[in-house]
Amino acid sequence: MIWQYLKQYKKECILSPLFKMLEAAFELFVPLVVASVIDRGLGGNDRTHIYHMAALLVGLSALGLVCSITAQFFSAKAAAGFAAKLRHALFAHIQSLSYADLDSFGTPRLITRISSDVTQVQTGVNLFLRLIMRAPFVVFGAMIMAFMVDAKSALVFCVVIPLLLAAAFSIIVGCIPLYKKVQDHLDAVTTAARENLTGVRVIRAFAKEEQERRAFEQKNDALCAVQKFTGKISALLNPITYLMINIAIAVLIYTGALRVNSGALTQGEVVALYNYMAQILTELIKMANLVITMTRAAASSSRIQEVFATHSSMENGTDQHLDSADVVFRNVSLTYRGDTAPSLANISFAAKEGQTIGVIGATGSGKSTLVHLISRFYDATEGEVLIGGKPVQTYDTALLRDQIGIVPQKAVLFKGSIRANLMNGAPDASEEDLQKALDRAQALAFVKEKPHGIEEMIEQGGRNLSGGQRQRLTIARALVRKPRILILDDSSSALDYATEAALRKSIQACDFHPTVFIVSQRASSVMHADQIIVLDNGEMVGLGRHEDLLQRCPVYAEIYDSQFAPQEQGAPQEQGASQEQGAPAEQA
Amino acid sequence: MKTIRKILSIIKPYSVFVVFSLLFAAASVLFTLMIPVLAGDAIDLLVGANQVPFSLLGPKLLSIGGCAAGLALAQWLLGVVNNKLVFHTVHDLRFKAFANITVLPLSYLDANPSGKTMNRMIADADQLADGLLMGFSQLFTGVLTIVGTLVIMFMKSVSVAFVVVLVTPISLFAASFIAKRVYKYFTEQTKTRSEQTAVIDEMIGEKKTVTALGLEAEAIAVFDQSNEAYRKANLLATFYSSIINPTTRFVNNLVYAGVCLFGALAVLADGGFTIGALSAMLAYAIQYTKPFNEISGVVTELQNALACAENIFELIDQPAETINANAALSDVKGNVSLEHVSFSYDKNKPLIEDLNVQAGAGKRVAIVGPTGCGKTTIINLLMRFYDIDKGRICVDDIDVRDVTRQSLRRSYGMVLQETWLKAGTIRENIMFGKPEATEEEVVAAAKAAHAHSFIKRLSDGYDTKIGEDGGSLSQGQKQLLCIARVMLSLPPMLILDEATSSIDTRTEIKIQKAFAAMMEGRTSFVVAHRLSTIKNADIILVMKDGRIIESGTHEELLEKGGFYHHLYHSQFAKV
Repeated sequence: MIWQYLKQYKKECILSPLFKMLEAAFELFVPLVVASVIDRGLGGNDRTHIYHMAALLVGLSALGLVCSITAQFFSAKAAAGFAAKLRHALFAHIQSLSYADLDSFGTPRLITRISSDVTQVQTGVNLFLRLIMRAPFVVFGAMIMAFMVDAKSALVFCVVIPLLLAAAFSIIVGCIPLYKKVQDHLDAVTTAARENLTGVRVIRAFAKEEQERRAFEQKNDALCAVQKFTGKISALLNPITYLMINIAIAVLIYTGALRVNSGALTQGEVVALYNYMAQILTELIKMANLVITMTRAAASSSRIQEVFATHSSMENGTDQHLDSADVVFRNVSLTYRGDTAPSLANISFAAKEGQTIGVIGATGSGKSTLVHLISRFYDATEGEVLIGGKPVQTYDTALLRDQIGIVPQKAVLFKGSIRANLMNGAPDASEEDLQKALDRAQALAFVKEKPHGIEEMIEQGGRNLSGGQRQRLTIARALVRKPRILILDDSSSALDYATEAALRKSIQACDFHPTVFIVSQRASSVMHADQIIVLDNGEMVGLGRHEDLLQRCPVYAEIYDSQFAPQEQGAPQEQGASQEQGAPAEQA
Repeated sequence: MKTIRKILSIIKPYSVFVVFSLLFAAASVLFTLMIPVLAGDAIDLLVGANQVPFSLLGPKLLSIGGCAAGLALAQWLLGVVNNKLVFHTVHDLRFKAFANITVLPLSYLDANPSGKTMNRMIADADQLADGLLMGFSQLFTGVLTIVGTLVIMFMKSVSVAFVVVLVTPISLFAASFIAKRVYKYFTEQTKTRSEQTAVIDEMIGEKKTVTALGLEAEAIAVFDQSNEAYRKANLLATFYSSIINPTTRFVNNLVYAGVCLFGALAVLADGGFTIGALSAMLAYAIQYTKPFNEISGVVTELQNALACAENIFELIDQPAETINANAALSDVKGNVSLEHVSFSYDKNKPLIEDLNVQAGAGKRVAIVGPTGCGKTTIINLLMRFYDIDKGRICVDDIDVRDVTRQSLRRSYGMVLQETWLKAGTIRENIMFGKPEATEEEVVAAAKAAHAHSFIKRLSDGYDTKIGEDGGSLSQGQKQLLCIARVMLSLPPMLILDEATSSIDTRTEIKIQKAFAAMMEGRTSFVVAHRLSTIKNADIILVMKDGRIIESGTHEELLEKGGFYHHLYHSQFAKV
């Protein structure tokens, strides 16, 4: 439960409501004081008593002020501290989640959980501590005080309070689904607006502006209608509360009149009863607002709870040593959570340390999935992935990933200098290491051209760099740590062929001889590999060297032809030329 | 002030509701003030044992009941009318903003991030609604309550009323005194929060990279720093803002004590001031100070609402694309010419200058060049997403500025690299450009675009719902649907932005075939990356830095040995 993060603020959580109750207790005395002013001061014509009582009122409110500020302090401290603890725990928990968990949540949702949902819960806690004890205390306190004044008249309270609670409760409960409906309609309007902004070119190309306007108007009308309906229902709350309380006041005065007439009650006491009823009214209206905030906070807290309930789906191993960088897949299959069909089926291959393995296939054929299994971003659902002769599950994941340099498809850099980015994951890299990595990644030239060189600041998301520059920096970042296994996951798509070729050569010349996996859609990127894995719909349809595959593997041949030879028009010299051109260059 | 006038003009059609709102507000205040007076009168009758005149008491109590019923009704109607007023106003504003988005020049939409524009339509409009609702429901009733209470108080007892008038302002001073101090902490809180948001966006938004690099511990350390800074600022801001209420409540209690003291003295002085009147005054003392607290909240809320309204109006008041022609372009043959065209996005940075292109009917024009050379700009100009600065663009010898944009754009079929799909079914998306299409036509278009087979494999086939921006579809599948969409309407001219990486090469071959069939007999402009497309073009335009530096057929250009020759060998002839 997320409430465990409140534990450290036990003291505050007790003191805050306590002081709030004290404040309320002082308030509960006020009608009695006023009654005494009327009965003793006015009835007995006692001016001194009136002065005393007025001074007492001032004293009570001063005490109330002190108590209330103290309560606010404790509740603010508890709420802010609780929220910080919760955010920390949530952040750390999210950091421990696996790729599979991230996939099922989606990062935008996780971001909402940790920002707005936590804030919502914090507001709830803060208000809860301050008001949850106070409101019932005042309502029931006022009732008890009323009983002390006159039990018979106070029976009115016993009838009206449950009635009020029932009415308020049913209106609030009735409104919750309506609020959700409003939110759904608002979402529809938001979607329509966003679509029209992102798709403006297509919409105008098809000249669909009028139709889009009509569609938006429909959604907008529907939203407005639901809002009005919800408004009508929620607007009932206050009038009904006021109506019941005011009628109760009339009844109270009538019973009071009967009691006064029989001599059981004084005029001042009736005023006191009347004042208690007024106190209940204000408190109940506050409580209604509290309930709305609390339902929101409860919804947020269950959303946060959902994140905590997701435990990283992976058990961590203990092995701290990697014997070799051999990578072996034995009948590996992977079915993503929630999918019915496997994304990777029955894959087997063996890569020796220092070899270069090409992975090629269409989009969605399982290329990235395959390399993700090496870093243990996912666990295979069937079969075994072995590194250095041992299943990946036996290794400490942190150590395993430390030995693997992966360059993901999406070139992500963090805010900070180029140097800081390169040193991410290799905190003790020397200056020479950095330069070498930049050089190998074909990034040295453009980094040098930057006004601040390697100290150049990268904006969030790397906005101030081109796609190709970002890709080369992410490659350099992977190289800095001198990984034993290097995975390039379609990470040279933004580079031109010449740069890509130079990159490939420099990687092969690396003195730390990593096992290299190159994932690509381009035949030219993988054709020089020691082994090429050809994937089609998650199945391995070819494994071997370029020349063999051209002969034996139709899928590979088709990919190759599509990129090297415009078949119909026929330019056979093109195909031959590039092949000859390519092969010797790489062997050199 | 201008913004207020604009809001008023939006509200104008609903002025009847404004009148009713004011009426119901006045009624509810009247009833609210009546009840304590009646209750006070009733209490005055309870003088002692066997002295209670029940015949007089009955009518008083009945009128309390009547007032209570009237009050409840007035309050509810007030709420309903205000809801109606506000939601309609925001509904209209939102629609105006949306309608303007559909006619705004692309230059505005490209220059403003879509998130910002959307925020104006959604979040700002919501804020405005909240502000207006609060304003309508609390400001007027608040003011009326204060005035009404004062009038009755002065009528009942001048000295007691003076106490109230003198003491109450203290609560306002106290509130604004604290508020000013709090402001500092709020700024600090906003600052630390946005710092933390940036960390969260980066470290959770790019969590997969963090995992891949094994940076979890570092990420948590960075986060903790911002978290602690935020906690401190958050605590101070929360605490200081939460003492405003107790402070004003304290001042209110002073007013209460004052009324009690001076009221009691007034009763003793016996100037016709009864115990019932005292009880009414005490009730008023609470009622009177409440609106003061509320009004200060309303004012902040209204200021906020005004700022939001300003944002929305900024969007609504953006001038639309100019309309200078009513004639429609029809029976297009597809002779496209660009004559001495100059254009730039930023007038200080010339981009396209003196561009001349002739594309005869049915010709294929390939545009090639390095990234950022202005290929997309040509599409923008052909579609008239932007207007040229100099020269003219003609279709069938008609200046495109002499026909409506809609008819021009409808004459082009456009497939961009950036796929865009609507939330809805697959069928709706394919039929986007031709809502009257038959089922056979839809299937034929999907087949031609090689989309039919994957669509059939989806759970509900053509009726499969896809989320915003294609939802679960792969990039390649989205691209295929975009092609099917154009295949269905098949206009006389085409603009194709070839996909570079999103579609795998085997699918690409199929699409190329479909493209080739589609281009048959149609003037087409292709931003080309594939060698086959380029080779088959009737004209290749080689662009660099916004200029066409070479043009001709593949063979001519290769022979020339210029930039194309260089480009060809670096990009297409494999290493």
